[in-house]
Amino acid sequence: MMSAQPSKLASSRSRGQTVLRIAMPLGILLLAIAGWEAYVQIAAVPPYILPAPVLVARTMMADWPLLWASLLVTLETTILGLCLAVIGGVALAILFSLSRVVEYSLYPLAVVLQVTPVIAIAPLLLIYLPQDVAVLACAWIVAFFPVLSNTMLGLQSVDRNLLGLFELYGTTPAPGAFAQLRSRARALWILRRPAALPAFMAGLRIATGLSLIGAVVAEMAAGSAGAGSGLAYRMIESQYRLNIPRLFAALVLLAIVGVILFLVMAAISHLALRRWHESESGRER
Amino acid sequence: MAASHAGLQIVTPFTPSPILVALDSVGKTFANGVTALANVSIGIASGEFLSLLGPSGCGKSTALRIIAGLIEPTAGRVTWADSTDADHRSQIGFVFQEPTLMPWATVAENVWLPLRLRGLTKRDARDRIAESLALVGMSDFARAYPHELSGGMKMRVSIARALTLRPRLLLMDEPFAALDELTRFRLNDDLQKLRRQLGCTVVFVTHSVFESVYLSDRIAVMSARPGCIVAEVRIEETGDRDVNFRTSALYAQLCRDVSRLLAGSDAMEPL
Ligand SMILES: Nc1ncnc2c1ncn2[C@@H]1O[C@H](COP(=O)(O)OP(=O)(O)OP(=O)(O)O)[C@@H](O)[C@H]1O
Ligand SMILES: [Mg+2]
Repeated sequence: MMSAQPSKLASSRSRGQTVLRIAMPLGILLLAIAGWEAYVQIAAVPPYILPAPVLVARTMMADWPLLWASLLVTLETTILGLCLAVIGGVALAILFSLSRVVEYSLYPLAVVLQVTPVIAIAPLLLIYLPQDVAVLACAWIVAFFPVLSNTMLGLQSVDRNLLGLFELYGTTPAPGAFAQLRSRARALWILRRPAALPAFMAGLRIATGLSLIGAVVAEMAAGSAGAGSGLAYRMIESQYRLNIPRLFAALVLLAIVGVILFLVMAAISHLALRRWHESESGRER
Repeated sequence: MAASHAGLQIVTPFTPSPILVALDSVGKTFANGVTALANVSIGIASGEFLSLLGPSGCGKSTALRIIAGLIEPTAGRVTWADSTDADHRSQIGFVFQEPTLMPWATVAENVWLPLRLRGLTKRDARDRIAESLALVGMSDFARAYPHELSGGMKMRVSIARALTLRPRLLLMDEPFAALDELTRFRLNDDLQKLRRQLGCTVVFVTHSVFESVYLSDRIAVMSARPGCIVAEVRIEETGDRDVNFRTSALYAQLCRDVSRLLAGSDAMEPL
């Protein structure tokens, strides 16, 4: 066949590109770390100001049980907050799409919740709620809005003509309010749900990052109050004790958690959309 | 004005019979104050191929949507001949300017949609889906996703979807406007065949004079906003509509006459 050769060529070229896309940033990262190590060694910077990468790695290994336990706490808060945000955000978006009245009365409140900086809410939450619940609430609040607004956008992004087809072929246009709700629910399931998926996935990715930020912010706010055991709390604690290498180790772990969460979400989005959506189908342009 | 070449007949209020659906002094003024249609009266005869030809923005799509019952006219009314209370909507197939397929669904699932909305499961609908896809020559692509198809193929699927309910009236809103000329010619021919095979009535919106002359039994020429029908042209006794017709002197003559009508449509008094 004519097409066999070029497609093989193209796939090997694209594989080369993939390798490059992974190797390049990794190389630059390694270079930066090497430069950091060299700078610390040459300028003899004391570890309580800037610990060398090797020292950070060693600290991480030495403090691993403690850091690992903290990591699990933060991760749990993040994921739980994200799940609640997804449930709440999607449920509310669906409710909005079914009823204008609900949308008009509740959406502005959601916006207010969103635009208020979470760091300003955290101390309040800590006063009124048990500490772990407060931290979770923080993660939830910041992750909630992107899920809501993206899902809403997605649900509205259905082709108007497709909705026209629904009207044309849908059940007989019974005037009753219940029948209307039923046909809306049907359009929601058959049309809006799949149409909303790409936007929902984008919202989910944003929310994942924000949920981690919310958890960290709340842990930090709580940390100064005493109890707590998440990674951010460890950072605050290390800062007080001038254990800067451990602070860096915790920071690195946080970054790794963030990256892993991002990759997991990208994979989920890919699995959900690859069959049909441009952003994931990898179709050659 | 009345030209009298073979095959061309310009008729003042012409109503062939029997009428399937009739627009009676239909007007539409949108909420924003735009009057898209004013005083449109036309009868659509059972089995005929009627083209609505007019400049962009003259209300062709609006007229089609009104016939389909997707929007209500603000003046006049639409009457169906066998006016039992039966739902006319189920007798209508609609093809939009864009293929308007669900990108997340396969070709077969897209064609299934009207049947699905009528309560058929995919298994029950399987034969009908296969039949419709065969009609438009897309049987081999049942499992493909829309993004894997060319523009012409997507349009075929869109037509297959409109045909699944075996409509009596097929409404097509500039279905081939976005396609290249060769594809458009091919689809024009296939549409002819389909229509002969299924015997359904077609209202075909276009702003291409050539396309309308090639396909139609009758052309309603519309004027710019507010849209109304300024002339009707009947095209008959042309023999087969094929390459021979497309290259014939008669075809050229018809195109010229219709073009002239279209160009003069602004100056003309509405019928
Ligand atoms: N929902 C709407 N609200 C307000 N104005 C509208 C609406 N739909 C159409 N119009 C206006 O009505 C006029 C006719 O629109 P329509 O889409 O029917 O034209 P058309 O003949 O199909 O044009 P085209 O050939 O470009 O598709 C236009 O001026 C348009 O701006
Ligand atoms: Mg139009």
